[in-house]
Amino acid sequence: MKRNSAYIKGVFVIIALCFGLLAGFGQNNAQAFSNQVIQVGATGEDVVELQSRLQYLGFYTGNIDGVFGWRTYWALRNFQYEFGLPIDGLAGGTTKNKLAKASKYDKAWVNKQIDTGKKFSYYGGEKKSTKSGAAKGGTATKGGAAKGTKGTGQGQAKAKPAQVKPAKNIPNGYSQNDVNLMANAVYGEARGEPYIGQVAVAAVIINRVESATFPNTVSGVIFEPGAFTAVADGQIYLTPNDQAKKAVMDALNGWDPTGEAEYYFNPDTATSGWIWGRPQIKKIGKHIFCN
Amino acid sequence: MIRTILIVLLFVAVAGTGYWGYSEHQEKNAVLLQAENNYQRAFHDLNFHMDSLHDKIGETIAMNTRNQLSPALAQVWRLTSEAHNDVGQLPLALLPFNKTEEFLTKMGEFSYRAAVRDLDKNPLTDKEYNTLKELYANSTEIQNELRRTESLAQKNNLRWMDVEMALATNKQPEDNTIIDGFKTVDKSVEGYTDVDFGTEVSNMEKMKDRDLSQLKGKKISKDEAKKIAIDFFQLKKNVKITVESTGKEAKYDAYSLTLYNPETKGTTYMDLTKKGGYPLYVLYDRNVGKPKISLNEAMMQAEDFLKKHMESTMEMVTSDQYDNIGVFTYARLQDDVRIYPETVSVKVALDNGDIMGYEGTDFLLAHVDKRTPVFKISEKEARTNLNPNFQVKEISKALIRNDINEEVYCYEFLGTLGDDTFRVFINAENGNEEEVKKMKEAEPSYNDI
Repeated sequence: MKRNSAYIKGVFVIIALCFGLLAGFGQNNAQAFSNQVIQVGATGEDVVELQSRLQYLGFYTGNIDGVFGWRTYWALRNFQYEFGLPIDGLAGGTTKNKLAKASKYDKAWVNKQIDTGKKFSYYGGEKKSTKSGAAKGGTATKGGAAKGTKGTGQGQAKAKPAQVKPAKNIPNGYSQNDVNLMANAVYGEARGEPYIGQVAVAAVIINRVESATFPNTVSGVIFEPGAFTAVADGQIYLTPNDQAKKAVMDALNGWDPTGEAEYYFNPDTATSGWIWGRPQIKKIGKHIFCN
Repeated sequence: MIRTILIVLLFVAVAGTGYWGYSEHQEKNAVLLQAENNYQRAFHDLNFHMDSLHDKIGETIAMNTRNQLSPALAQVWRLTSEAHNDVGQLPLALLPFNKTEEFLTKMGEFSYRAAVRDLDKNPLTDKEYNTLKELYANSTEIQNELRRTESLAQKNNLRWMDVEMALATNKQPEDNTIIDGFKTVDKSVEGYTDVDFGTEVSNMEKMKDRDLSQLKGKKISKDEAKKIAIDFFQLKKNVKITVESTGKEAKYDAYSLTLYNPETKGTTYMDLTKKGGYPLYVLYDRNVGKPKISLNEAMMQAEDFLKKHMESTMEMVTSDQYDNIGVFTYARLQDDVRIYPETVSVKVALDNGDIMGYEGTDFLLAHVDKRTPVFKISEKEARTNLNPNFQVKEISKALIRNDINEEVYCYEFLGTLGDDTFRVFINAENGNEEEVKKMKEAEPSYNDI
């Protein structure tokens, strides 16, 4: 492994010299990572760098998406094992130094790929060719093999403009689209309410999904005819603000200010007498929540 | 001349308006009809599914051979879920129809449990046959009532749109047939609330009926609640606190506190149990800036917080970063066993490490001071029950609630199969595979959320 990386390093320096990019690479090495300890679940640029470097060395085979998921975790642990480091799955000081020494990272190129949303990989050998091709179309590379890999790589990217935008953590059992739909419903139903009232409305939706007496999906609950006034009058199609999304995320992560309520109503506008008969739990903002 | 032109113009205007109005009217009718058709479809589907459900339950009672019974019960399960789905598409939200929906869910659960069970080893008991008979009788009633409603609706050309309008405006519709029909169905189901669905289904009920009466400590007053909150957050005097009590019929007796801090301009919401004054949840609402600390540092903050406020030893089970927020879940650790039902969540702001939230309801509901772990089989024996392709990476002990809501001690194997990561729980008493959980990878952003 060590000899291998030394070889890669050597090849790299030569090519870097060719392109006159030596200064750039030197900088990259010196400024590897910020000084945070990176752990499972983290997102952001450091994770992109971690994934890129692990992929450069062949440990990480997933998408470079900026989220420290399980695949990154196992890749990091393999790296720690191979390099004789304590295997804890945390990217701390020594791990990061070892990683920075063993691999190269071209931040600008990786970030550019992420921004354009193309599918890309960052393996040690193949990377250079893809990179030079992307950076300057004019400067032709020599190696035929390198050209070949580049061709297939780009062909794929064109045929399938798959978006590898930075991914997001979403609470287990739900998708980003569920979050959006719920944010729409919360915004339509409770945009004038205090924050806690919005979390409460989102929590009621989740309580209903889990309840035996309501449909079992987020969309089923939200679009149940007559269940929400915002659905009936079309306010659900307004564009939700960030606060509504935050409220939904809190509710999905388990916060339930309602005490497991399945109904709520606005006492000023409620027309149904039946709803008043439900056992009331508490009032949050303008809404009364009940069982 | 001018007069003629004016008259012509006026005529054109009137004709144009008339045409416009007519086409609008047509369009509106088309849309209404579309909605009506959807309701009609769901209604007739519901009737069809209830019909087949009724027949299928009847068949299961008459059946004798086991290899016939399992598929028939699986059919019952499927039909209950179809029927439940149909109900969800009808405008019944404002009508008391939940007894029927609950009944359908329980019937589905009951038939599913029986269908997946090895009926050769565990044949249906007499009690379960009785349950089936009762279900049959009940579904007869539901079917008859729905059929009657359906035929009357067809005969009198009743429209679901009218029902919806009537329910939404709380006015009496001209013809009450549909509403009355559904009310009768729900009434008839009420008569069957004491059907014995067996321990597995009633375990679900028990989970729903948990409350906080087992908590230690005295009942606290509103003023004591305030004091607890001030201690909890180490607040200064200038914070405005309002305390409200939950309603009499709330499942969890609690005080809801709202704390406004004029210095930080942040509002904190908190619920404290009346008995003992334990925090159910805390939510702090303020604007969080760009992340400045790492998820790891945030975790330290969360752990400090838990050490300060909880007596139990907690171990982190998940950590996730949502832009500028870190959310951590902790399970209680006792004798190296992770007690998964007793979890708390902590939310930390990544701009300065403030604790933004705490959720402890599940912990309070499930908490038992001292559990006695039972591990009859060894780790090695448990391992033999794993899928041979599964690569084990980490092993620990755990207590989980399985799919029939029983608490079971398990060996927890964290590992990979292909590119995916799984948590596999093997029962520590009999070696059964209790649960296999696929660990979610981050979802690519198809769009910005």
